[in-house]
Amino acid sequence: MSGGIDLILHVWRQTGRDAKGSFKRYEVKDVSTHASFLEMLDILNEQLVTKGEEPVAFDHDCREGICGMCSLMINGRPHGGRKGTTTCQLHMRFFKSGDEIWIEPWRAAAFPVIKDLCVDRGAFDQVIASGGFITANTGSAPDANDNPIPKEAADAAMDAAACIGCGACVAACPNGSAMLFTAAKLSHLHHLPQGQPERARRTLAMVSAMDAAGFGNCSNHYECEAACPKDISRDVIAELNRDYAKATFVYRERVHKSDGA
Amino acid sequence: MRDLITGEISSHAAHAVVLATGGYGNAFYLSTNAKGSNVTATYRAYKRGAGFANPAFTQIHPTCIPVSGDYQGKLTLMSESLRNDGRVWVPANKADVAKHPDQISDGARDYYLERKYPAFGNLSPRDIASRAAKEVCDEGRGVGPGGRGVYLDFRDAIKREGRDKIEEKYGNLFEMYERITGEDPYRVPMRIYPAVHYTMGGLWVDYNLMTTIPGLFCAGEANFSDHGANRLGASALMQGLADGYFIIPYTIGHYLAGVPASSLADATSSAFTSIETEVRAKLDKLVDVRGKRSIDSFHKQLGHVMWEGCGMARSKESLEGALAKIPELRDEFWSDVSVLGSKDTFNQSLEKAGRVADFLEFSELLCRDALLREESCGGHFRVEHATPDGEAKRDDERFCHVAVWEHGPTPQRHVEQLVFENVKLATRSYK
Repeated sequence: MSGGIDLILHVWRQTGRDAKGSFKRYEVKDVSTHASFLEMLDILNEQLVTKGEEPVAFDHDCREGICGMCSLMINGRPHGGRKGTTTCQLHMRFFKSGDEIWIEPWRAAAFPVIKDLCVDRGAFDQVIASGGFITANTGSAPDANDNPIPKEAADAAMDAAACIGCGACVAACPNGSAMLFTAAKLSHLHHLPQGQPERARRTLAMVSAMDAAGFGNCSNHYECEAACPKDISRDVIAELNRDYAKATFVYRERVHKSDGA
Repeated sequence: MRDLITGEISSHAAHAVVLATGGYGNAFYLSTNAKGSNVTATYRAYKRGAGFANPAFTQIHPTCIPVSGDYQGKLTLMSESLRNDGRVWVPANKADVAKHPDQISDGARDYYLERKYPAFGNLSPRDIASRAAKEVCDEGRGVGPGGRGVYLDFRDAIKREGRDKIEEKYGNLFEMYERITGEDPYRVPMRIYPAVHYTMGGLWVDYNLMTTIPGLFCAGEANFSDHGANRLGASALMQGLADGYFIIPYTIGHYLAGVPASSLADATSSAFTSIETEVRAKLDKLVDVRGKRSIDSFHKQLGHVMWEGCGMARSKESLEGALAKIPELRDEFWSDVSVLGSKDTFNQSLEKAGRVADFLEFSELLCRDALLREESCGGHFRVEHATPDGEAKRDDERFCHVAVWEHGPTPQRHVEQLVFENVKLATRSYK
């Protein structure tokens, strides 16, 4: 295709979790500027297969910015550093011919590398499993206006629910903290009536699961907010801190009261 | 099952199993499905005895971002809701297709959905809107690269309601469009084209969502229930909720109540170990082909065969052509595919190869079902079965039934008659 761009890639290759990895240099030529970053990697992989070299492993699925599977540190910035953009939505029109691009996996203690650019984000699942849900059984659907929710509350919940759990916040944080992720999940539920009954228990459980999974502490760098492809605001962290302080006072009493119930 | 991270193969016994593994739209390679979506679980269940119903019922969605090049790995859906306010058009004259849309006056625009279907206009059902888009592009009036696109224009809506109102309704979609195409849909009309989106066919299930294999349940897009030949807007989510929240939790309990706990099969018995041996042999076979062609190149080629032969407009000729090409492609796959890396570790190539191998078998079943259904019905449009003005023509005399396929050396087609007691079958007119 004419009008394509030529690139020099430095891609992190690592055969397994405990193996030593290193950058490997590749060249891709004549890449359409309409291609997405992941399609550019597809092109690289086709090239590698033709030469009999194992393709680069990278995570991806929906390729429209909603599933949270894609990752990648691109030139040191999660998802390439364009505001509110996942790697799969990053298009090659933002690069120019001759550019050198450094591509790495997320680097955080809680996200071990599986292979090449794929990391294990199971630690996020542990945080969710500890409380990122409501335990009420589903009954029949309530009438639309039974439970009035102010638009501001619905909007705030929706903004937090935009988190796709990709892990960019952790990768961007100098401490490898998962505060933005955990706080978004809490904020999502805590702006809605369904989230209230278990609010304190949930907050304590998710914060402690976050610590147990090996994430670092938050020291207010706000790199997470800048890196988040879904523009989650750092305000959710303030909400979490407030909820956490409150929960440490109220929660234990409730446990005693509900014992044996 | 194979652990995707460690490559370890293991067997598990259960009284009941639920497959909720999604649809098979990626048989066409390019679709709005996620890249990982595949037919493997349902197709392998079919090969072990579960009936597969109506594989030919696939849905092509009219509002997707058009294909821009052969490097493309997937297509992106622009939500149906956009048709509430957007107006679909192409230039009335072929000569205008390369012009900037602003330079084409209202009189020189053909709002073809409003013209042909005045009652429903831009909100015509998906199959109709898709075929109409194909038609105007076939006439040479399509816009954008390769002439495979139509405009979805918000100019009038923005004029009527103001940009803020439109942004509040569709801001996220406009942003997604801008990311992918580099064009600002507030100023330039969106370009859209139909793409494979949803598959109504799937494993046959009863009202309790159980397949023809006792204890094997199937939920969501993976089964064939609910949508018939054409799914309507937002009802995939509805099915997910209905199957997952309101049906399966109760019907599984009901099934388990009748099964003695002691009846659990022994996962180390020969029934399990012989399957493990088969699974290992298939993985070895894939890795040992050591051919030259990439897995994706086969998948792309299959997708092309399917889109041309079994896409928006199907005919006896096109389907027979596809049915001749698929086995050839399959043979080539098994003699020339290159699956690199080890089978005993995390290996995305091996995962993909297994899925493409299944698509290469399943696509034949899909085309065969489409060939034998000699009528046009919902998402399944046979050009031989159309009214004089090109609309779909159903044949309720011969085809008012579900086709359920049973695996064998030659797949057997069974028929489940559809009986309508309270509602009379009719053909809806959108004109």
